[in-house]
Amino acid sequence: MKTALSIVLIVLGINLVSAQSTSNRGLEIAKLAEQADLGFGSSIVELKMTLKNKNGQLSERYLSTKTLELTKDGDKSLIVFNSPKDVKGTATLTFTHKVGSDDQWLYLPSIKRIKRISSNNKSGPFVGSEFAYEDLSSQEVEKYSYKFIDEKGSFLRVEQDPVDPKSGYTKRLVTYNKDKGYRIEKVEFYDRKNALLKTLTYSEYKLYKNKFWRAGSFNMVNHQTHKETLLQFSDYDFEQNLREADFTEVALKRAGK
Amino acid sequence: MKKHLYLAILIFVFMSHSFAQEHKKKRDVSHEFELELEGEYRYYWDKAKFQGQKDQFPSLAIKPEYTIEWNKGYESINMSAFFRIDRDDERTHIDVREFYYQKAKNNWELSLGLKKVYWGVAESNHLVDIINQTDAVESFDGEEKLGQPMLQFSWNTSKLGTFEFFYLPYHRKRTFPGTNGRLRFETAIDKDEVGYESHAKEWRQDLALRWKHYINAFDIGLSHFYGNGREPAFVFDNTGNMKAFYPVINQTGLDLQITHNAFLWKLESIYRQADHQDFYAMVAGLEYTFSNIDGNGLDIGLLGEYLYDERGEFALTALQNDLFIGSRIAFNDIQDASILFGIISDLESNSRIFSVEASRRFGTSWTAELEARFFSNISKEEQILSNFEKDSFLRLKVSKYF
Repeated sequence: MKTALSIVLIVLGINLVSAQSTSNRGLEIAKLAEQADLGFGSSIVELKMTLKNKNGQLSERYLSTKTLELTKDGDKSLIVFNSPKDVKGTATLTFTHKVGSDDQWLYLPSIKRIKRISSNNKSGPFVGSEFAYEDLSSQEVEKYSYKFIDEKGSFLRVEQDPVDPKSGYTKRLVTYNKDKGYRIEKVEFYDRKNALLKTLTYSEYKLYKNKFWRAGSFNMVNHQTHKETLLQFSDYDFEQNLREADFTEVALKRAGK
Repeated sequence: MKKHLYLAILIFVFMSHSFAQEHKKKRDVSHEFELELEGEYRYYWDKAKFQGQKDQFPSLAIKPEYTIEWNKGYESINMSAFFRIDRDDERTHIDVREFYYQKAKNNWELSLGLKKVYWGVAESNHLVDIINQTDAVESFDGEEKLGQPMLQFSWNTSKLGTFEFFYLPYHRKRTFPGTNGRLRFETAIDKDEVGYESHAKEWRQDLALRWKHYINAFDIGLSHFYGNGREPAFVFDNTGNMKAFYPVINQTGLDLQITHNAFLWKLESIYRQADHQDFYAMVAGLEYTFSNIDGNGLDIGLLGEYLYDERGEFALTALQNDLFIGSRIAFNDIQDASILFGIISDLESNSRIFSVEASRRFGTSWTAELEARFFSNISKEEQILSNFEKDSFLRLKVSKYF
């Protein structure tokens, strides 16, 4: 009831105090989601990316991802391409930062070269897919400002506005499931003109170690181009106890060969 | 030389066999075999400058790769070979690009065997990169390398960066185009007619050290190499034949990149000391990328680099006081299509080299690559480059991956 009232008040744009409270509630939900996932340590997962163009033609690529959880700063991740074969071994190392731009290195296996790359290109597509770089980077709470929208059953909807002006979005509408560890069920992306651009749906969730929800499938649909990208994940491996030494330039070269 | 290579391969086959035996018991041993077949056609449209040089070069190459990994990927044996058949006999060659055992534990990593290592940040010239010999018959840009026998030890610290030590027990000689090949001097250089300053010749035991660190926007590398130079000097013997001569050198290198928003600021510089010559060389420049211009992933990068070499006209790279301007266009599409344009201009004459490289994928396992280089108004003063003035070429490469 209280919530419903505050929505009405925002819609009418009358009450600043309740605007404040919707922003607090939104932030609170994002923090609860972050907290629910605290302590996973590190994970390894294989994934298949299927790109579908508007004529339904499919193209596949295989990747593997290692992630290291850090609490004082953003997570570290290492992504390696296993197919198509001409780019096999191409790999990226990313240090996400809670504040400021991420640090990123690219490894090119044909000439064994590591190149530090700019993380400026947030809105560009990741390897021709419907996922932008910013969709796949570690989702730190500090990267958005928040607005609570509504609550329907166990679903909570929160508007997230990117802090970084280089983002390709004006807002993301995120649906959390409060009964399932605040896991994300759906994200709707609005472009710079505030038109609905993409919808990302998470499904085939699995609960690991009785605490961590991981979706087995991400489906991103672009409403403007009618292209789709599906990510299908293998089982997550949380038992490898990866360390900082597994996320260095030396490790990047080793992973890419 | 061949005998030694066979011996090295034998030792490795034995080593890899015993390692594989020992670790077969442990689970999670993974093997991977990859094969690339490549058809290539090079066409030189100008009439040859020197006698015997051909215009058209159809060619085939095979690149098999094999990796066995165990111990969660912390241990592996990696093999990669290269075979090419070409109309130019010197370009018909076999090389073991890589054949090494690797072990990583905590914050150190050890590699033993034939391996490729790359250092540096610049695009138009690779000054700092010195561990591997250039496979000079393979590509014009010098990015193809021969496998280098080494023991490499890397030690990573979280506060002070990465320290690397290289022990390099054997020197690989650069191969030059043969009599019917293009991009050569008036007399073809025989690969086996070489001189060394060191009495130990190719068996001189060489060393290298490198420190690499990153602090915020800065990536910095400092390196030192002591041993047989990778770049030969050319000397004339009593009969007037030109032959390659490898001096013993000390080379200190610095590479620096500052990554700030869409800007990459780059510097590479070397100081090389040898008995017959000391010199300084550098390349400095920037790269700026306009990303996702059309909202569809189109990236256009602009590149500008200044090149300096104290050796002047005798610099083998012919990049003594030049400016490189280029653009890299990446479509970020399903086919990974990209195009790289560039012009290298000599600032003292009108000599120019234009280049275009374009590539894309077809289907899931085919790629095509087009390369063109145009030598324009090459000045007679250019001691090295003037030999290539009629060697503008077009190269088409089609690869199939298995």
